[in-house]
Amino acid sequence: MEFSSRSLADVVVAAPVGPIDHANAQALERALVPVLNGPEPGMKALVLDFSGVEFISSMGLRVVMVAAKQMRGRSMRIAVTALTPVVKEVFDIARFNHVTEVFPSVRAALEQISPAALAAFEAASR
Amino acid sequence: MKCVRFWGTRGSLPVALTAAAVRKKVIAAVRGAAGRSFASDEELDAYVDRLGMAGSGTYGGHSPCVEIETGTGEYVLCDLGTGVRPFGQKAMARHGAGSPQTYHVFMSHVHWDHIMGFPLFTPAYIRGNRIRIYGGHAVLEEALRRQQAAPSFPVDFSALPATIEFIRLDPDKPHDIAGLTVTLTLQRHAGDSYGYRFSSAGKTVIYSTDSEHALGDAEETHRFVEFFRDSDLVIFDAMYSLADAISVKADWGHSSNIVAVELCQMAGARHLCLFHHEPVHSDEAIDRVLAETRRFEEISRGGYAPLRVSAAYDGMEITL
Repeated sequence: MEFSSRSLADVVVAAPVGPIDHANAQALERALVPVLNGPEPGMKALVLDFSGVEFISSMGLRVVMVAAKQMRGRSMRIAVTALTPVVKEVFDIARFNHVTEVFPSVRAALEQISPAALAAFEAASR
Repeated sequence: MKCVRFWGTRGSLPVALTAAAVRKKVIAAVRGAAGRSFASDEELDAYVDRLGMAGSGTYGGHSPCVEIETGTGEYVLCDLGTGVRPFGQKAMARHGAGSPQTYHVFMSHVHWDHIMGFPLFTPAYIRGNRIRIYGGHAVLEEALRRQQAAPSFPVDFSALPATIEFIRLDPDKPHDIAGLTVTLTLQRHAGDSYGYRFSSAGKTVIYSTDSEHALGDAEETHRFVEFFRDSDLVIFDAMYSLADAISVKADWGHSSNIVAVELCQMAGARHLCLFHHEPVHSDEAIDRVLAETRRFEEISRGGYAPLRVSAAYDGMEITL
């Protein structure tokens, strides 16, 4: 599983790529540790860009749940974006659409979460 | 083993269809018929069959009791929820009071929903019947005696004429009982519960209810995959959604349809039967969970063999 993250003003956007199943859910959990355990000063939200995630198992959903609990424990928001059709089905079946905010795209999430992060996103996209 | 028969499939407490729910089914069936007439009973049956469980039936409301028909002439049951009452009535109708029988009962645990049918189990009131109650808990006898003690019930346990024995089994080793090889294993549940693996003549049935699975515990996952390995039928506690099971209802001791499918796939099991239904779920809700579970099995299958998925209902029989 590949993983990248970037800071956009007060939002961290993390983007795993590949299936998040029993074989590599721990890799995602480890990759998120720096974001979750040592959030940058002023950070107010984590956006998980799932556009590159082709499947997610219970182990992967557990990582999302752990991240959601930690973010909420710090009064921060968490959102998942750009679910592929299969991952959206799994989210619906597991009732995870109630665990995190879900948006159709990173841009749509930033529109709701942070004007500063949206501006940074737009600038980086030019 | 010939077949598995479900007498009680609901978790936590028994429930019953309400008048409003029955009326809703009738109205939907009449409206669905759209004024057509049926030339024969067969045509009418075919129409009713198409309505599905939510439209023309019900999953039922008895608390857990499952019969394994062994073909040996002795009865084998899992748990003593309220479903054991109709089972007992059927056994009495078949044998009468003058033909003593042996009943082997394997207890997952002694929470109320799993023992509450026993005070109304008619064969316990017939001298000559033998009831052997097995489990991993030291408190089996205490729990059954206590629920019949005054002022909770008018007939004290000690007044039951049948011969009732309690046998504590060691987990994780095979036991030969009633023509079956029986292995039990510890499960994650308040006060502990035990899952059972029954094998005979090349067939294997797993009864695993009231069991929570810790997703982050690889060793525990491996233990259950091996316990379920190559089984013909896995009866699995799928009471909650995955989101509920690992958040607001974490540590409540139950599991989900998602984990059920994944464990069965990894174990090479052939048939998953969703069990211990949430008591607040309507027939429509259980239908929806079943359809979603079948869909999840499809999209998660990968290189695994197809897994048959069903949802248990009171009166259901699965031929092995």
